[in-house]
Amino acid sequence: MADAPADVPRTTDDVRRDYMAMTQRRRLYSGLILVIFVALMVSGFRIADARNAGGFWDGWHNVLDFPAQVWGEAAEKIQELPANLVTFLPALIETVNIAAASTLVGTLLAIVISLLATRGLARWPRLIPVFRRIMDIMRAIPEIVIALILIFVMGGGPVPAMIAIAFHTVGALGKLFSEVNENASLQPVEGLQSVGASWSQRMLLGVMPQVAPNYLSYTLLRFEINVRASAILGFVGAGGIGYELRNTMSWGQGQFDEAAAIFLLLFLTIILFDQLSSHFRERLTKGAAL
Amino acid sequence: MTMTAVAGESRDFKAEAETLFQRKRLWNFGLPLVVLAYFAYIFFAFDIPGLSERASLDNARTLVADSYSHKTHVTYDARMDSLEIAIEGERKGTYPDGETPAWVTPTDAGVVADLGSGHVVTFEGEGVRYEIPGYGMIAATPSRRGVEMSFPSGNREDQPEWINASKNRLTVTTEEGRLTVTRTRAELFKYQFGWELFWFTLDSPFHGKSFAELASLAMSSERVIADTSNLAAMLDHFWNNAMWRHGEVAWAIFETILMAFLGTCGAAMVALPLAFMAARNFSPFMAIRFGVRRVFDFVRGVDALIWTIVLSRAFGPGPLTGALAILLTDSGTFGKLFSETLENVDGKQIEGVQSTGAKPLQRYRFGVIPQITPVLLSQLLYYLESNTRSATIIGAITGGGIGLLLTQAMITQKDWEEVSYYIILIIVMVMAMDTISGWLRAKLIKSDDSGY
Repeated sequence: MADAPADVPRTTDDVRRDYMAMTQRRRLYSGLILVIFVALMVSGFRIADARNAGGFWDGWHNVLDFPAQVWGEAAEKIQELPANLVTFLPALIETVNIAAASTLVGTLLAIVISLLATRGLARWPRLIPVFRRIMDIMRAIPEIVIALILIFVMGGGPVPAMIAIAFHTVGALGKLFSEVNENASLQPVEGLQSVGASWSQRMLLGVMPQVAPNYLSYTLLRFEINVRASAILGFVGAGGIGYELRNTMSWGQGQFDEAAAIFLLLFLTIILFDQLSSHFRERLTKGAAL
Repeated sequence: MTMTAVAGESRDFKAEAETLFQRKRLWNFGLPLVVLAYFAYIFFAFDIPGLSERASLDNARTLVADSYSHKTHVTYDARMDSLEIAIEGERKGTYPDGETPAWVTPTDAGVVADLGSGHVVTFEGEGVRYEIPGYGMIAATPSRRGVEMSFPSGNREDQPEWINASKNRLTVTTEEGRLTVTRTRAELFKYQFGWELFWFTLDSPFHGKSFAELASLAMSSERVIADTSNLAAMLDHFWNNAMWRHGEVAWAIFETILMAFLGTCGAAMVALPLAFMAARNFSPFMAIRFGVRRVFDFVRGVDALIWTIVLSRAFGPGPLTGALAILLTDSGTFGKLFSETLENVDGKQIEGVQSTGAKPLQRYRFGVIPQITPVLLSQLLYYLESNTRSATIIGAITGGGIGLLLTQAMITQKDWEEVSYYIILIIVMVMAMDTISGWLRAKLIKSDDSGY
């Protein structure tokens, strides 16, 4: 812009022309992006449709068949529903326990690793990139990979699922926590350092009180996500309600009343924790006490 | 009078401070105790003491060993009187007649396998001999009455720990390999570092060539296979490698990403109009607002697991089912997030647009959309990455994408090198999606600080 002649006065027409040209160019880009996006969506849908066992257009009117069947069988044996609910309650508790234990373990480890990966707080500042990479990798590994390997080594049950979910939780929460840590004031930490506090004391007394509400909020959200994850992992053999669901599904027709009971339990649990976690998170963000 | 009032006030402060401290003390000591008690409960509820019985260290050892090495089987079948050399014991990895790996030398009556460090196994006729330095020679012959075996000293009861001998079976496990002789067969395993046949299988003319040789072949006009150029033939043989199935794996990765892409973008497209109906400042009717919000809660509460099961009944296994399951679950999530974003838009911009005489549609276009686009895009991109992981899991349930290949390879419990290959690909895929979404976020939303 420096070589533009400064003495030539720009008329309103010039400005308008420039503005219109810019708007048109922007519209063209937006239009192009939109066209590319639509083309990607349509061709993606067609490929997915072609590679699926059953096509979308053949199957979409059957979508409600299975729910109707489950509903029909459940309605037929409605008097058995309470008994079924009680039967599967222990499995449900196991699923919630997997989620709770893995969230707790994951949070505790995430706190440590996030502090080690935050500029200004880290114990070993040179190792910050290392800890960040570790978190990235922990976040990138899907739970199912670890769960399946651990099921092979440890046998089925809740422990593989717990470890798998906790592993992923460390990576996911660690990143969020370290973002929170970046905003923490360093003054209390420096104050503690001046009286000779060790690293763990500085973190516990200087940083924790500042970041605890944010940590808690993220942890609650994670807990809700982990309840879902723990149900899904059960389906691939890691115990809990998902495992029971797979068993009842494999018995097939005639046993769908039990599947209905599990669907109901799972649905209610997820809704419950979803509502609880969003309620408490809202209170936390508004600064009120729990 | 004033004195007592002041004294009274200070007493109050002290009491208040004390209760505050007491409450804090209770929290600080109580909370760790509660967590500890919960872990103790979990310890027994999950039967962690019994874990050592259930856990199988052998499985872990096979898994780790297989993930970086491969084994070659040399098998003599006594019934068929035939000798076969196969990588991983698979038909796809079997050496054709007359061809052997470098460490196996054919003889008139069988083969001699040099395992290295002086360990030599000789297959001769029906018998097999294993020469172990510092121990001596073990000879064994499979026969219908049992395995006939002879040791350098003593009989089969008093042999070292690494020799496991009974009437019908002999197993010799050393650092260099493992020899198993049963009534019907004699089998030798040799473990070697690396993933064998990763590039080309044995039936490909390109097998066993170094990179330089391959490069010069690709350049030369002399055709190894008639009718195709060398480079095309190489790519074809690599892509259709029967052992590793690179082509199928690439398709599976693509299917997984496709599921995530279709599901996430489809969910955003469904959720955006519905979010307007659920936002307080855009939807005047409480009944509609309430209804739409309950729909969001419902599809989110049913969760991807149940949607996957329901949809796979209608559409069968495949990427479309997974994409639709993600779409349904996430339209609930997006609906909630978008409507919250819409409730937080600044009314002044809309008023400003309105004051120029804009019609309702234009008010939305120029007053609302520019405000919510950054938030929407950032959520969308975040979920795109997260759903790549979900699509892996959903693929394992419904049967599509890399998740299916992973579970299939795990169920056979022997192709651990393939399992590690898939795991590496999955991690690379998720990290690539993470990088792409972070890059796009930084490009599209200039002000947003991506990453840490």
